[in-house]
Amino acid sequence: MANHDSYDAIIAGAGHNGLTAACYLARAGLRVLVVEKNDWIGGAAVSRSLEPGWTYSNCSYVCSLLRREIVRDLDLPRFGLQVIPYEGGATFTPDGDYFAYYSDHDALRREIARHEPRDVDAYDRFSRTVIRQCRFIRPFLLRNAPDPTSLKVRDLQELLFLLRRANGLGARELAETMRFWTMSIGDFLDAHFESPLIKAHLAGSGIIGTGLGVYSPGTAYVLLHHYMGDVDGAIGAWGFARGGMGAITRALGDCLTEAGGVIRTGAGVERFIVDDGRVKGVALDNGDIFFAPVVASNMDVKRTFLRHTARDQLPEDFLRGVERFKIRGSSAKLNIALDGMPEFPAAPEGAPFLRGDLHCSTSLEELERAYDDWKEGQWSRNPYFDMLIPSQIDPTMAPQGKHMMTVFVQYAPYDLEKDGIRSGQHWDDAARQALADCVFDKIEQACPDIRFGWSMPRCARRWTSNARSG
Amino acid sequence: MDARVTSRSHVPLGLIPTPFQSRLEALSRAKAWVNWAGYVSPAVLDTVEFEYFAIRNQATLYDITPMHKYRITGPDAEAMLNRLVTRDLRKVRPGRVAYVLWCDEDGKLVDDGTLFRLGAQDFRLCCQEPMAGWLADAAWGFEVSVEDESHRVAGLALQGPTSFAALEAAGLGVGTLRPFDLAEVEPGLHISRTGFTGDLGYELWTGWGKAAALWDRLWAAGQGRGLRAIGFEAMNIARIEAGFIAARTDFQPSNTAMRLGRGRSPVELGLSRMVDFTKGHFNGRRALLSQDPQYHLVRLDVGGFKPADGALIYHRRKKEVGHVTSGVWSPTAKRNIALAELRAPFGARVTGDLWAEIYVNAEGRWDRRLVPVTIQSEPFFKNDRARATPPGLF
Repeated sequence: MANHDSYDAIIAGAGHNGLTAACYLARAGLRVLVVEKNDWIGGAAVSRSLEPGWTYSNCSYVCSLLRREIVRDLDLPRFGLQVIPYEGGATFTPDGDYFAYYSDHDALRREIARHEPRDVDAYDRFSRTVIRQCRFIRPFLLRNAPDPTSLKVRDLQELLFLLRRANGLGARELAETMRFWTMSIGDFLDAHFESPLIKAHLAGSGIIGTGLGVYSPGTAYVLLHHYMGDVDGAIGAWGFARGGMGAITRALGDCLTEAGGVIRTGAGVERFIVDDGRVKGVALDNGDIFFAPVVASNMDVKRTFLRHTARDQLPEDFLRGVERFKIRGSSAKLNIALDGMPEFPAAPEGAPFLRGDLHCSTSLEELERAYDDWKEGQWSRNPYFDMLIPSQIDPTMAPQGKHMMTVFVQYAPYDLEKDGIRSGQHWDDAARQALADCVFDKIEQACPDIRFGWSMPRCARRWTSNARSG
Repeated sequence: MDARVTSRSHVPLGLIPTPFQSRLEALSRAKAWVNWAGYVSPAVLDTVEFEYFAIRNQATLYDITPMHKYRITGPDAEAMLNRLVTRDLRKVRPGRVAYVLWCDEDGKLVDDGTLFRLGAQDFRLCCQEPMAGWLADAAWGFEVSVEDESHRVAGLALQGPTSFAALEAAGLGVGTLRPFDLAEVEPGLHISRTGFTGDLGYELWTGWGKAAALWDRLWAAGQGRGLRAIGFEAMNIARIEAGFIAARTDFQPSNTAMRLGRGRSPVELGLSRMVDFTKGHFNGRRALLSQDPQYHLVRLDVGGFKPADGALIYHRRKKEVGHVTSGVWSPTAKRNIALAELRAPFGARVTGDLWAEIYVNAEGRWDRRLVPVTIQSEPFFKNDRARATPPGLF
């Protein structure tokens, strides 16, 4: 078959966003090429076997915000995508207790009451506020933001849509909304709850994946983002992609191929070909050149414009804006292969919440201090983590009877400070080991036997270097 | 007369237990039970959502003992059943299972069910409705015996991608069974590769007295395979996804329909491929040959995010042309799906511009929505693992 050197559209990068865009374009009848520098597709939604028999979702590890409209439009279940929800979660305390988040609402009420009776109905009001904000913002997720200075019909219609939604709230609610969008998750939780442990458990959703602390303005809104997802219409539900997160991008890849799109792996974009102010195609680092009138980049904005686009083709103030765009790594990830299901002595037998997200941070103050370390260019000495054992639910992830644990750790800077200098080079083996030790020390709060027989290959640890996140 | 009967057995009132009830009760957190043919049967044991996902991700046990079961044996068993059902049973070898339909003389469905060919002259028919009298009438003139095994044979559906692995772990070798195969894997224990979920799965049939032990054996073996017990509601979502019809829901068994014209033919239910006009005479053949379908049961992809159960269907938003018989949110297909009965020619000659009218109670205020629906030719759930032989472990 002839190798087309020109297409209707080219996408640089086979991450989930790039592939989604490519699928829509290909299904609309365009001839689409996706180029990817790795030998595999997936970007951060990838599953690879790093330990024989175990499958890791190396980077992203749970799924919620994949819009069901997209799943439906692209018919992804037909390409094997199954998202399986998980049940609740828990925060373990140093004194051997825990707060469990049950998906059964009545059990959750009883659990809240066990810690603080006043927080039971407070939780209803908290949920009401969060869900109302979600309902307000969710319709905007699949819309393009209007340009308020434009008089184009589309922009005016979008603006009108936004105003109508806002107007529907009324003055008091609108003020509440504005306050909510700018306040911290800490202040928001302090306004609702008494129990420090319950506050700490709920605060995770406001900071996870960000370079912000629980008292940083705007984190209440981040919470919204994590309640906005849906697995089957159950708002706030999170799930595992069966077979790992790579199953999502595999399905997207198969969908694209069926629609006639082409994926070329193993060669990344060396530069975007720009001529007379217009992008014309891509030159790959293996020398291949492809042309298309439309080129979309799935790389982050800095890489796209600072490393792969000729500076002289871009306006100077735009470039400065890109240079100032903040991309700050705040997280690390431990993927742990386990010989068996670790014991959680605090949990009742057969506790469903062990199949959910597990934590060991017990107060907002502790979380804020973890953030302070990061601001100083250090990893948190007492870190926050989001720990799951997906192999309890997904039978495809680990050999029979064995398990895999994913631990998302916050905060860890991308550039580690040492002797007054911040650099990614400082992440040597010793630094990684020290961070891992620090995390394991804290996991022992929940499961004391996690290190048992550690010198034997009970825990094979694998790293995803500190993922950059916005 | 002094020979009075001293010990008369009285029928139990209320719902009666299957042999699995003690196990189900111990597992029930939801305490939600339904009446299935007079038996107590779980609606939900834990939550519908997690039970549903266990069907599609792990393995599940569902008690199907309340099905009616009839044993038909004798030299004429094949001939008698072949006159009863619409398929050609001569093509169904011993060790095979056939999905069958049987009609009244008007060509309307009496019931559907699964027919297990245990031997050349030995069949077991499983169905929803009591059928002893109908079968006895059908047997008239044939050298067969019809025996009601409903209260002697217990059934369990083991369904889901790890169901094969769970059976292996229980020491039950079924690796060579292809879909619709049947084997007596141990004396008194039949396993068929059949089910109501469209996924990899099996049905296990054993004597009433051995049932609880079978449950315990499977339960122990399945613990490493994510085995869960489930109720009707989760099973019902899976069966709508698989596109299977349910008696008294998607069609009215013609022997029980009080009102005229409520019976439906296999053709009207979209099951004409299950009717073999070339095999010779069978009940309802003449009527089926002479009538045009008045209705069409179709699979619908329903717009929006609110389930459409019971919704009326309109053509061009105006003309009422039918209604949804089973409607549910499909957690796997990520869309609203439905089975709907449309009045001919809608659903066959006319398939476009169809709308469902859905009423939603939004916290005390009713909202009426017209959403577009499109007819689907394929089931909403299809997965290669359901047909692979030998099956995968997950």
